[in-house]
Amino acid sequence: MWSRTSYTLRYFSKDKLFSSNKHIVRLQRRKASSGSIQKADLDDKEITQTSQSGEYIQKALKPKTNDPFVKNLFLGNFDKDALIYPELTKEQLDDINQLVQPIERFFDEVDSKTIDEKAKIPDDVLQQLKDLGLFGQQIPEEYGGLGLNATEFARLAEITALDGSISVTLAAHQSIGLKGILIAGTESQKQKYLPKLATGEHVAAFCLTEPSSGSDAASIQTRATLSEDGKTFHLNGGKIWISNGGIADVFTVFAKTEIEKDGEKVDKVTAFIVEREFGGVTNGKPEDKLGIRGSNTCEVHFDNTPVPIENVIGEVGGGFKVAMNILNSGRFSMGSSGAGVLKKMMGLVAEHATTRAQFGQYLSEFPLIKEKFARLAITTYVMESMAYLTAGTLDAYEQPDLSLEAAIVKIFSSEGCWVCANECLQILGGLGYMKDYPYERLLRDGRILMIFEGTNEILRMFVALQGCQHAGKQLKDLVKKLRNPLANPGLFFGTLKKRMMSDPLKPALKLHLDEEVHPSLKMYLALFSCFPIDLDD
Amino acid sequence: MFRYLFMLAQETTFRSRSLDKMKSILDNCGFSYLWSFQNTSPNIKSIIKQRLEDQFTQSWSGKCNFIDDLSITIKIKVVVIRAPINSPGSKVKMSALRVLVGCKRVIDYAVKIRVKPDKTGVVTDGVKHSMNPFDEIAIEEAVRLKEKKIASEVIAVSCGPKQCQETLRTALAMGADRAIHVNIDPKDYENLQPIHVSKFLAKIAQDEKADIVIVGKQAIDDDCNQTGQMTAALLDWPQATFASKVEKNNGDLTVIREIDGGLETIKVKLPAVLTADLRLNEPRYATLPNIMKAKKKPMASKTPADLGVDVTSRLEIVSVEDPPVREAGQKVESVEDLVTKLKDAGLV
Repeated sequence: MWSRTSYTLRYFSKDKLFSSNKHIVRLQRRKASSGSIQKADLDDKEITQTSQSGEYIQKALKPKTNDPFVKNLFLGNFDKDALIYPELTKEQLDDINQLVQPIERFFDEVDSKTIDEKAKIPDDVLQQLKDLGLFGQQIPEEYGGLGLNATEFARLAEITALDGSISVTLAAHQSIGLKGILIAGTESQKQKYLPKLATGEHVAAFCLTEPSSGSDAASIQTRATLSEDGKTFHLNGGKIWISNGGIADVFTVFAKTEIEKDGEKVDKVTAFIVEREFGGVTNGKPEDKLGIRGSNTCEVHFDNTPVPIENVIGEVGGGFKVAMNILNSGRFSMGSSGAGVLKKMMGLVAEHATTRAQFGQYLSEFPLIKEKFARLAITTYVMESMAYLTAGTLDAYEQPDLSLEAAIVKIFSSEGCWVCANECLQILGGLGYMKDYPYERLLRDGRILMIFEGTNEILRMFVALQGCQHAGKQLKDLVKKLRNPLANPGLFFGTLKKRMMSDPLKPALKLHLDEEVHPSLKMYLALFSCFPIDLDD
Repeated sequence: MFRYLFMLAQETTFRSRSLDKMKSILDNCGFSYLWSFQNTSPNIKSIIKQRLEDQFTQSWSGKCNFIDDLSITIKIKVVVIRAPINSPGSKVKMSALRVLVGCKRVIDYAVKIRVKPDKTGVVTDGVKHSMNPFDEIAIEEAVRLKEKKIASEVIAVSCGPKQCQETLRTALAMGADRAIHVNIDPKDYENLQPIHVSKFLAKIAQDEKADIVIVGKQAIDDDCNQTGQMTAALLDWPQATFASKVEKNNGDLTVIREIDGGLETIKVKLPAVLTADLRLNEPRYATLPNIMKAKKKPMASKTPADLGVDVTSRLEIVSVEDPPVREAGQKVESVEDLVTKLKDAGLV
């Protein structure tokens, strides 16, 4: 709840139209000066003039791609512009609030307890979700969807997350199930599949995991063989733990195909759009799970399923990249959905703590309980902030590179959810353990977050390896030039000088913090930057 | 006398129109309890007392201080009683009805209301607002009339500050075709009374050539329950208040009204003013695709001056206070104790 307040101040403050523009203009300026902006035909002056009309800037001047902040940390660069929090205009804010209202009301009435007990989302609830338009949130309007941007999507996720089963059903459908078509599909694939998926007439599922391959996605056994006429693939194999597996009509399936590379025949992963109608698609009974029990998870088998060659997503043999892109693009919303649940939970727990008395005082007066609440608020606030920061940056660029940021959001939020839900149960004591109350269900539902969409261990490796790879590419270039000092004397001596002058224990502060503070503090910061504080003193 | 009347009513052979009329007068005055319970309940006295308190002390007596309002009140009463029997008829189009719906922006029903420290009103800044739930029902009914092809166009109207446009957007998302926002200065809005809103609605109804005006029976913020009635009076149209079912029969509307102790079926000629009661329908959720589409629907903005309505208030809010806190109960040892306590308090 506290996080909500500060968040309201920060993010949903109403008269920030100007500052929002300022942010974009600043971004623009930076890009323009660093030369990485694609539409470089606009100089600073022009940008300042057009900043009067924010819309123009956002639509027409969306820069192509960003300098990846986390990746650049691996090079020792801290991009100060990442400290500017992306804000919405008043109009965008009103639009989002308008969308939020009916969904909030709908979720007030969803009976999560029964969904959990019966392990099924009732058909009428599912139909209402489809009618509300929640199955096509990120599908562009021309294909019958809502065309929400990342920020709007994240905001709605805060509410849909209140029921874990519904949230996972929706996520399996649109965050991964149909994402392949959305980001890598051809125009005709989009036109054929997206309109029906947007209305929820068709439900989508994402089929990657197999009995023998989970995190190691490249080791899948399902095989697609091309027919002799070269027009159809025949799909054989079994997939397990497929969310929506029993209710889906359209599957994004990953299978090994034989392709020729340098004269040799090698097996590569390819992504396919498979309709249940194609035949040979069967599914097992829904799995009985610890949490998110209402979501439909089951085995899906393909027995000689014919898939026309037009239904390949991306290139034949390019499926692994498609899978990674799909998974990378859906993760950021886990921060807001986690925060949504935690905010709700904290409200309920705070009520308990302020009314339950032991030893003659309310629980909320005990220092140990207070500390728990402080930690809850901090974690929730961080989760929410990082989710909307990532979403806001995603919206500001045409092809944003935020895979590490999204992975970090997922790791932090899933673990934050688990720790916080656990602490909430601890504050509640015995009450939290009872099935009559929602808390134990929220704890069980939240456990899956650390496992699916890439386990947190895999994602940690991903962050480390991707970061190192990014740094490696850049440094490789530098090393190559340094090996030949005669061709690049300037660079050689420059680097040498830098190495000689700098003390690795006292790195110079080059963030120019003095530009950011109140003029009265400028002098002190200049001192601070020039003479790094020696911690030994 | 009541007993006699009741017996008459029971005897179907004697059932006459004047008797029904009598009953409807009683209903409209809030005395239906009396009618239904007259020979069962031994406690008529307390019921009368209760009713008197409910109906008059609370809602009317406040207005009695102002002769202006009182005269309107009387007028309303008269119209209520007469409307079903002889409404001023006018030319009725057989199809393509135009429906005007009033929707008020109020503090959300789930919000805990806080009184401002200076007691001039309640805190509205930074408080979640939404459409008055009864107006949602009104919009829903209008949209359903359109879906049944009875109505051709649904126009939503909201009077108030700029934020009312959000409420209108919700109405558009629910299925209204276009919206009219009567933009009122926030300062004037603080003292805006149902009489002013009725004048706006009446003027717009005439300008837009509306055939039916539907409003919620009351707003959940001030609980006035006056706007619909006053609008009907100003337009000199028949009214069907507290509607729980609306059907169209050959140019007339058959409306089932919720009255104390039962339901009343009346027939009104068009054009007419309806006010929606809770059980008229269950409003739909505005779906997200419709919210997106609503952005493109037309919304006109008008000022009180455009409509020729003087919004100066004839009321002055003296003080707004929290309801008294309920006192704690007492536990008694025995029945005797209870009786003694009740006697001491003069309740038995």
